[in-house]
Amino acid sequence: MKFIFDSDTWQEIYGGIRKNKTRTVITIIGVLWGIFLLVTLLGASRGLENNFKNIFGDFATNSVFVWSQRTELPFKGFQKGRRLRLTTNDVEILKREYKEIKFIAPRSQSNSAITRGFKTGNFNISGDLPVLDKVQKKDLVYGRFLNENDIKLKAKVCVIELEIYEQLFDKNEDPVGEMVNIGNISYKVIGVYKNGNISFDGSAAYIPFTTFQQVFNRANRISWMMITANEGVDILQMEKDLLLTLKNIHKVDPEDKKAFGSANLAVEIGKVTGFLTGMQFLTWFVGIATLIAGVFAIGNILLITVKERTKEIGIRRAIGATPIEIRRQVVLESVFLTTVAGMLGIIFGGFVLFLLDYFLGSGPDPTLVNPTVNIPIILFAFLILIVLGTLIGLIPAYMATLVKPIDALRDE
Amino acid sequence: MIRINNLHKSYPIGKDSLHVLKGIDLHIKEGEFVSIMGSSGSGKSTLLNIVGLLDEHDEGDYFLNGQEIKNLNEKKGAVLRNKFLGFVFQSFNLISYKTALENVSLPLYYKGVSRKERQKIALEYLDKVGLKDWASHLPNELSGGQKQRVAIARALVTQPKVVLADEPTGALDSTTTDSVMDLLKDINNEGMTVFVITHEEEVADQTKRIVRLKDGIIISDTINVQRNPVKTV
Repeated sequence: MKFIFDSDTWQEIYGGIRKNKTRTVITIIGVLWGIFLLVTLLGASRGLENNFKNIFGDFATNSVFVWSQRTELPFKGFQKGRRLRLTTNDVEILKREYKEIKFIAPRSQSNSAITRGFKTGNFNISGDLPVLDKVQKKDLVYGRFLNENDIKLKAKVCVIELEIYEQLFDKNEDPVGEMVNIGNISYKVIGVYKNGNISFDGSAAYIPFTTFQQVFNRANRISWMMITANEGVDILQMEKDLLLTLKNIHKVDPEDKKAFGSANLAVEIGKVTGFLTGMQFLTWFVGIATLIAGVFAIGNILLITVKERTKEIGIRRAIGATPIEIRRQVVLESVFLTTVAGMLGIIFGGFVLFLLDYFLGSGPDPTLVNPTVNIPIILFAFLILIVLGTLIGLIPAYMATLVKPIDALRDE
Repeated sequence: MIRINNLHKSYPIGKDSLHVLKGIDLHIKEGEFVSIMGSSGSGKSTLLNIVGLLDEHDEGDYFLNGQEIKNLNEKKGAVLRNKFLGFVFQSFNLISYKTALENVSLPLYYKGVSRKERQKIALEYLDKVGLKDWASHLPNELSGGQKQRVAIARALVTQPKVVLADEPTGALDSTTTDSVMDLLKDINNEGMTVFVITHEEEVADQTKRIVRLKDGIIISDTINVQRNPVKTV
C-alpha cells in the first residue's frame, strides 16, 4: 500500500487527469450529480419528516377519539336508528375497566356568542377537564389552563384562543382577570392559548367541564371523548375493546358498526409516516441508482480512455512498467475521480440544503424543518462510492493490460 | 550479449500461419554496433520485437546477457526490459503530456529510483544529447530530431546493456538523420551495444556490422570495414 502515499504515483495520476480535462469534468459531474441528489433528497425528506413531527408534536400520538351516533341494527327489543349519547358514566366505567388508559377526557361542546363591551363574536365553547392539556398540549400565551379547583368550584372562568383575544381585546392588553360574556353569563379570563397546526376545536373558549354541563344543561351527557393510552399499548386493539364495552353499556348489537364513531390518531399518523418511509426509500433508491449510474459512467469513460491511451500504455510497458503498475494507475485514477466527485457532491448538496433551509425552513409555516443528513449516512454513501469506484476501475485496468505493448507500438 | 540460435517465429493469419523468421542464428557481442537491413516483410521488425522481449519466439534459443529467455510472463518481461534494454522507435513514442525531462525520467520511475535522483540523472542524459535547455518543453514543442534525441536519452537513462533502435531515422530528414546517427555512434564508442533496424543503406553504412535479412533468413553478415579500421583482424 506504500504506493498510495508516494507523491510520484499521484504525479502520474495528476498528469493523466490533466491531460484529459473534458472527460475528467464529465466523469466528475456524473458522480457528483448522484451524490448531490442523494444528499439533497435525504435532507429534504428529513426536513419534511421533521415538519410532520412538528405538526403532530402537540399530540399524544397514541390517542383514540370516540363519539356516539345512531344504531343501525335492532337489538334486545330496541329499534334500529336509536340515538345514543355518551355520558360521564361511560367515562367512569372505561377509566375503571381499562388500566392501559393514561388519560381520558370527556368533551362537551357547543357554540355561543362571546361578548366584551361592544365587541362580540361567535365561537366554539368547550367544557373540559384539566387533563385536556395532557392529551393536547396547550400553548399558553397568557395566564394558565383550567385546574382541578375550577372544576370543583364550577368556576365561571375561561381560557380563550388567541384569535378570540385579538377580536375582543386591544393589542398588548393583559386579558387575565378581565371579564367576558358567554351567552348571558360573565366569565373571568384566566388564560390565552394559541392553536398549533392541528386543532379539533377551532378557536374555542375552554370553560370548566362542570360549569359547562350546568350552564348548557347537559346533565351527564357529553359530546365525545379523547382517550390516550399508555406507552406501548396496542392502540388498535384497545379501540376495538373500548367500542365493545360501550356497546355493552348502551345495549347495542356488538356487530353494529354505526352506533359509535371512532378515530385513531395512530392510524392517521401511520399513514403519513408510511408516506414518509416510502419517500425515504425512494430517495435512497433514486440516490443510489444515480450513484451507480455515475460510477458506471466513470468506468465507461476510463474504458474509452484506456483505448485512447493504448499507445501511452504500450510505451510505459516497453520502458519497464509491469502490468500491476499499469492496473494500479488506472484503478487509482478511478478511485481518485470518484472521491473528488463524491466530496464535491456532498459539499454542493450541503450547500443546497443550506439554501433550502434558508428559504423554506423559516417563517411561521415552514415547508421543511431542519433539513439535514446524518454524517454516518454520508460517510456510508461515500464509502460505497469509493468501493464502487475501485471495482469499476478494475475493468478498464484489466483491459489496459490486455493490450500487448507490441500491438500498441506498431506504427500506423 | 545477444545470442540467438535457430530462431523461428510464425504468426497465425486466419487458418494458415505466416512463417516470418525461418531459423535465425545471430551472436552480438558487447559493444557492437549492428544494423539489420532488409526490405519490409523481411522479418526485421519481428526480430527486433523478439530481441526486445515485446514478443515471444516459437522455436530456438535466445540468451540475453547470458540469461535464457523462455516463457516470460508480462511482469518478468517488464523488469528485464527496464533493466537490460533501451528502446528507440521510428515515431519517437514520447508521452505527449509529459515534458522532455519527465519522459526521460519515466523508466527510472518504474525502476524505483527516487524523485530527486531521477531528475538529476534524467537531466544528465538530456545534457548528453544536447537538450538540457529543452528539459521543460513538451514533445510537440520539439523538432523531429530533438524528439528522437529525447527518446535516445530515455533509452539510455537506465544504463541498459543494449539499445534497440527501430528505424530511428525513418521519420527524419537527412541532416537530422546524420545528427541522430552521430549520437548513436557516440554512444557506441562509449561501449554501449547498439542494435539498429533500418532499410536505408546510408544508415546501415554508418554501423560497424551489417546483417541483411530476406524472407526470414540471414543472407549476409558482414563487418563494415570502413567503420571498423582498428578492430579488424
